[in-house]
This record gives sequence, structure tokens and C-alpha cells, in this order.
Amino acid sequence: MIPEIGHYALILALSMAIIQSVLPLIGAQQAKASWIAVARPAAQGQFAFVLVSFGCLTYAFITNDFSVQYAASHSNSQLPIEYRIAAVWGGHEGSLLLWALMLAGWTFAVSILSKNLPDEMVARVIGVLGLVSVGFLLFLLLTSNPFDRLIPAALDGRDLNPLLQDPGLIIHPPMLYMGYVGFSVAFAFAIAALLSGRLDAAWARWSRPWTTAAWCFLTIGIALGSWWAYYELGWGGWWFWDPVENASFMPWLIGTALIHSLAVTEKRGSFKNWTVLLAIIAFSMSLLGTFLVRSGVLTSVHAFATDPARGVYILGFLAVTIGGSLFLYAVRAPSVSKGGEFSMLSRETLLLSNNVLLVVACGTVLLGTLYPLLLDALDMGKISVGPPYFNSVFVPLMMPLLFLIGLAPFVRWKKANLGELARLLRWAFCVALVVALLLPFTMGEWHWMVSLSLLMAMWIIVTAMLGFIRRVKRGNGLKGISMSYYGMQIGHLGMAVFVIGVAMIGGYQTEKDVRMEIGDVTTVGGYTFRFDGVVEQAGPNYQATRGYIQVMKDGKNVMLMHPEKRIYNVQTMPMTEAAIDSGFTRDLYVSLGEPVSGGAWSVRIYHKPFVNWIWGGCALMALGGLFAICDRRYRIASRQRKEAEKRKMATANQGSSGDVTGTAAVAREAKA
Amino acid sequence: MKSRHKRMVFIVVGLAALAGAVGLIMNALQSNINHFFSPTEVHANAAPTDRSFRLGGLVEVDSVQREDDGLTVHFRVTDNAETVPVTYTGILPDLFREGEGVVAQGKITSDGVFMADEVLAKHDETYMPPEVAEALEKAELAKAEAANGATAVEPAAVQPAAQPQEGI
Repeated sequence: MIPEIGHYALILALSMAIIQSVLPLIGAQQAKASWIAVARPAAQGQFAFVLVSFGCLTYAFITNDFSVQYAASHSNSQLPIEYRIAAVWGGHEGSLLLWALMLAGWTFAVSILSKNLPDEMVARVIGVLGLVSVGFLLFLLLTSNPFDRLIPAALDGRDLNPLLQDPGLIIHPPMLYMGYVGFSVAFAFAIAALLSGRLDAAWARWSRPWTTAAWCFLTIGIALGSWWAYYELGWGGWWFWDPVENASFMPWLIGTALIHSLAVTEKRGSFKNWTVLLAIIAFSMSLLGTFLVRSGVLTSVHAFATDPARGVYILGFLAVTIGGSLFLYAVRAPSVSKGGEFSMLSRETLLLSNNVLLVVACGTVLLGTLYPLLLDALDMGKISVGPPYFNSVFVPLMMPLLFLIGLAPFVRWKKANLGELARLLRWAFCVALVVALLLPFTMGEWHWMVSLSLLMAMWIIVTAMLGFIRRVKRGNGLKGISMSYYGMQIGHLGMAVFVIGVAMIGGYQTEKDVRMEIGDVTTVGGYTFRFDGVVEQAGPNYQATRGYIQVMKDGKNVMLMHPEKRIYNVQTMPMTEAAIDSGFTRDLYVSLGEPVSGGAWSVRIYHKPFVNWIWGGCALMALGGLFAICDRRYRIASRQRKEAEKRKMATANQGSSGDVTGTAAVAREAKA
Repeated sequence: MKSRHKRMVFIVVGLAALAGAVGLIMNALQSNINHFFSPTEVHANAAPTDRSFRLGGLVEVDSVQREDDGLTVHFRVTDNAETVPVTYTGILPDLFREGEGVVAQGKITSDGVFMADEVLAKHDETYMPPEVAEALEKAELAKAEAANGATAVEPAAVQPAAQPQEGI
């Protein structure tokens, strides 16, 4: 019964989404206030129905209802409760339902947090989001219904893939999807602006916090995925340039370009067309990622060709969405007014360079990801594009970008003076250079690549400090600094921290595979590891072989590490659980290979310097985004705008003067 | 600067950046693409001898041998038609098993041994690397065709030719 309610709620959600898209969009076009007013309640209703549907599926998992096909293939009665809940999004159907839930959730958020925006604009945004919802709900209902019954019911489920039985999986997909789906809001704002023809600085200001929020979630989601791969896959890498990873990384690159381009549109009114285009591309990349991961093309192009229902639907949806929005863009973009002029050396130019670099970087990732699929589809042989390709293309593109991060905040809008910049920053550069040249020696060995990366990281850190000091001196202390300035600097520092982590891992990690008999010792990264044998142990739904490894430093026992080899009961699949000792400047990583002979095991021992800085940097970036969202001006500006509009209505004949007072008031308040 | 001049400069800079990126990409693609070959293709000398490629198939049953150091492993990869001996030093993935699918990356030596520097196995019990599945299918098909063709012409000739292969 409960699954049927879930199914029915999903159908109701679809009907609601159709109302949510059709009425407000037509209403906004024809200025029908009553139709426009449908937008918010319809969006909230759709969210409620999807939530009910998701709740029903979760209920089926919690109560081990294996008459539901999807639950029978992805859960098991032995599975601990937290993983039963996580298993709801452990497969195709459930993760799409999660997608739909996130989308409805973002729409719901827009409907309640947009009180200060013009109703007509909100109606369009919600309408466009409704169209996207229709697409996904139809996809669920037509090709991937998670509530399909299994008759007769299975006695027990086939279990969740052991790799996915991990705390990381409980939060990684929801975060990632929040980011993916969040770009739909930026997209909806862009399409709404194109539809209304009001593509101005106010639009950029409304859309900015939403875009930044989505970007924060995506940053956290990707970082969690990378962290999960690091400790769960058992071979200690943090990024593999795997197509699934790339699918989430491409929207991030475009999203990063978008939040910078939005800054220019908001502050200077320039780049409007470009910003809209980026918003469309960012969402297209999210859809493309969903297509790559969900259609099965990655597993096999040919399997996709023989069972194409899902893939063809997403491909069609992709074509309609991208094609439709680009068509609208082509029709409307030429009429958009040009923004302010700017010279060759100005913050606008540098942000444009940032955008070009990020978009090109995304293009290279896209090429590396799709090229093998294309060749395979054309029967031109099977190839794989490995990490060396991505590294050799990506790193040269990122170095100038990192340099710009340090430079751009000091460059004035419109026109800057090169001599003045050089005077201001030469010492910062010298400090960064000296540190970058000397620091690698403390690690024992000097690599030019490490030194160059450190130069960029130090450059970002030193300039951020310099910029901060200048702000404090110029304004009235710490209070004069806006949240968005903090946000920018924290985000940029996060990038520097990330680069340090990557450089240190690249230059100084030690990996050692050794055969160890009981009592054998080996030394890695200044630590001595002694193998003390293994013990058999039973877990809740697996049998484990637990290794005992004593770690010593300078002759003293430091800790005991317990890597495990697990066999899961249901899928009888072996799994390596690495033992990791995390530290601020290094991780010790030990995993069991296999028993070789006479009680001996092959053991993998890694020393990973600064590896946590990689994820710490990502967390800082997301924190920076959070600061930026909290900036007062988003709230003040929208309140002012509302008041200005009220005044405008009151004195209809003096409409333009009302606007001017509004802007002046914003400027006053921003100063205060 | 005039806005028209400025736009020209932007376009030129943009094109230069694009050209640079394309250059980088082409160069990187040239040297970093790994082609996939099945044991049959390796025997037909279709695989390159001077650069690394991917070899895929099934781990032949009873072919896995470990050296005394516990880390160097020898095994044979088969597509049920031909086999290629492989040597790998390091820890094998969890799902590496005899009779199961495997993809190895590395170079082939002049004496026909594939020196793998990476061994990949599947992610779960039911999944077979798609390249491997296809290679097996092809080999199966070729064998069936060869058998059909041979029976029509000279049935006895096929068997002895196939026999010694198994011993490699």
C-alpha cells in the first residue's frame, strides 16, 4: 500500500509541476496577476508531493519491503539502518528521485525566500524550474519507477554494493545533487531574465546568492566524493579523472566561471550575455553529467544502444533544454545593452581571463571524457584517456589562473595602472618566491613542479594578507569589511591550501607495497611499521580479517593500526578497509593486500604528506561561498528595491526619480 | 583605446589562447591515449610494441603464480582463443580472481610477456569490464566461424593447430 501511495504522490507531483510551469509562465507573459500568483503555492505543493513520495520509498527500505523491486535489488535485511536509508539513493531510480526531491526543494526555497523580488520575475523563475521538474518526473514515471513491484516478493534483498556501505555515501550524493540541481536555479533566473528582457544588474544580484549556494554544495559534494575514494577504494588516490568524477567536475568549473562573471555583471553591468550563456552551460553540464552517469553509456556504448529507453530520454531532454535555451538566447541576446567600458588592464579583463581559462579547462575535460565514447560509438577502436592527459592539459591552464587569483583583487575596475600595481605587489611576489624556493628543501628534495605550485599558493596567501591589511587601514577597522570580501579571500585561500596539498602529495608521497611476515618491520616516511598478524572477526553483515600493525617512531610505540579485509555475507565480495591515521601535515595509510604464504601478507603502506589540505582547501572554498551569501547587500538591496517600487507606484508620474532615490539609498546604506 | 581596437585585441588574444589550448590537447592526446587490445589482437601483432596499451580478457584458470617476494605475480590473460602471459609487481585489486575479467595496462616485451604497471578488476561481482566482454564475444565468434569454415573444408586441420596453443 505505502509504495502505491508513493507512486501516486509522484504522479500528483507531476501534475502539480505542469501547473507550476504553464500558468505562471503564461501569466507573466500576459501580465495576469491571478495566474502569476499560482507560482508559489504550486511549487510548494509539488515539493510536498515529491517529499511524500520520497518518504514512502524510504519507508519501504526501512521496513525491508522486498516486494518493491528497487528495494530488493539495493538493500538487505542484514543491512544496518543508516545504510538502509542511504541505499534509497544507492541505485538509479532512487538517485533520480533524490534529484527530483532536491529540485523541488530548491524551488520551494525560491518560493519562500523571494518575497523581495518582483512577483512576475519569481513566477518566471518558478515556471522554468517547473519545466525542469516535469522533465525529471516524467523520466522517473516513464522509465525508472522506483515503486515497481516484484511479484512474488523476494525473501531478502540483493544488498547494497559493499563499496557504498560507508558513512561517506550517506552524505556525498545528497551534497553533490544539491550542487548539480542548484545550478537549475541560476539557469531559471537566466531564462526568466531572457524571457522578460530585463537583463540588468538587479538580475545578477538576485541570482548571485543562489548560484554561490549551489556552487558551495557542489564543492563539498566533490570533495566528499574524493575523500570517499581515498579511504574506501583502498589505494589511496584522491582523484582519478574517472568519467563519473569528471561529470561532477565540469559543472564545477563552469559554475566557478559563472560566480565570477556574475560579479562583473552585478558591479559593472558588463558581460551580461556571457553570464547568461554561462548559466545555461552550467546547467547543461549538470544535465550532461546526469546523462553520462545515469544512461549507462559509460559502462558500454553498445549496451546503451541495445537498451536505449533511459539514455534516449535524457538525451532528448538534454537536446530540448539546451537547444531551447540557446535558441532563446540567440533571439534575445542581441538586444541586451552593453555594459560599462573597460580598458585592457582592468579587473574586468582579468575576470574575463579567469572565465576563458575555466571554460577552456572544462572543454578539455569534456573532450577527454567524451572522446573515448565517440570513438567507440563510431567503432573506431577502444581507447581510454588516462590521468596523464588530464594532468598535462590541466596543470598549464591552472597555473595562470592561480596567478590571477592573487593579482585580480588589487586591480581596479575599469582601468588600472600597471606601475602602481607593480609597486604595490613586488614585495608580496618576492616573499612568495623566496618561500616557494626554500620550502621544498625542508621536505628533503627540491622539485621544480612543487616549487612552482608553492609559488602560486604563497602568492595567493601573501596577497590576501596584504589586501586585508590595506582594507583595515583604509576603512574603519574590521567593521568596514564586507562579508563578501571575507568570502572572496577565504575562498581564494582555500584554493591556495588545496594547491599546497596537491603539490605536496605530488612531490613527496611515499608508497610501498611489501610482503610482511609476523614480526617484520619496514620504514616509510620516518615511521616504522611492524606487522603483528591478523585476527578473524565478525561484523554486522560481513566477516573481517583484521590486521595488527604497530607503528613506531624514534623507537617509541606511536599507535596500533587495524586495516581490514572484509567479505560481505550477501554479495560475497571482498573489500579492503584501509587503516588511516589522519594528521595535519601527514596521513599514514595502511591496507592489507592478500595472504601470500605461511601467515605472511602483502601490505600496502603509504605516507601522504599534507593530503588533508586537499579537502581542507575545498571546505575553505565552500566556507568562503557561505560568507559571500551572507553579505548584507543582498538583503538590503532587495528591500530597497521593493520600497523603491512601492514609491514608484505611489508617484507613478515620477517613476524614474523613485529609482534614483532607491540607488542612492543603497549606496548610502552600503557605506554605513 | 578605441572600442573596436579593443575588441580586435580581445579576439586575437582569445584565438591565441584557443590555439594554445588546442595544441596542448592534441599533444596530450597523442601521447596519452591507451588503446585496448585482446589477446587475439596481440597475437596478430596488432598491438604496439613501443608504447603502453591496455590488455583485457579473463585471468586463465590455474595460471596465477607468485614469486617468493610475495609481490611479483605471473598470470595469463585469455580471450578463450589466445593467451598472453602477464607479469605484475604489486598488490592486486580485491576482485582479481582466476576465471574473472581483468584489464591490465603496460607494455609488451620482445619475448611476448606483458609487463603490467597497473591491473584493474571490476567494481562488483556482476559487472564485467565492457571491453573484456566484447573481446570475449569477438573471439567466440571468430572461433565459431573458423570451426564452421574448417569443418566445411578440412575438419582435421583445425584441431592440431589449436592444440599446441593451449600449452603456452
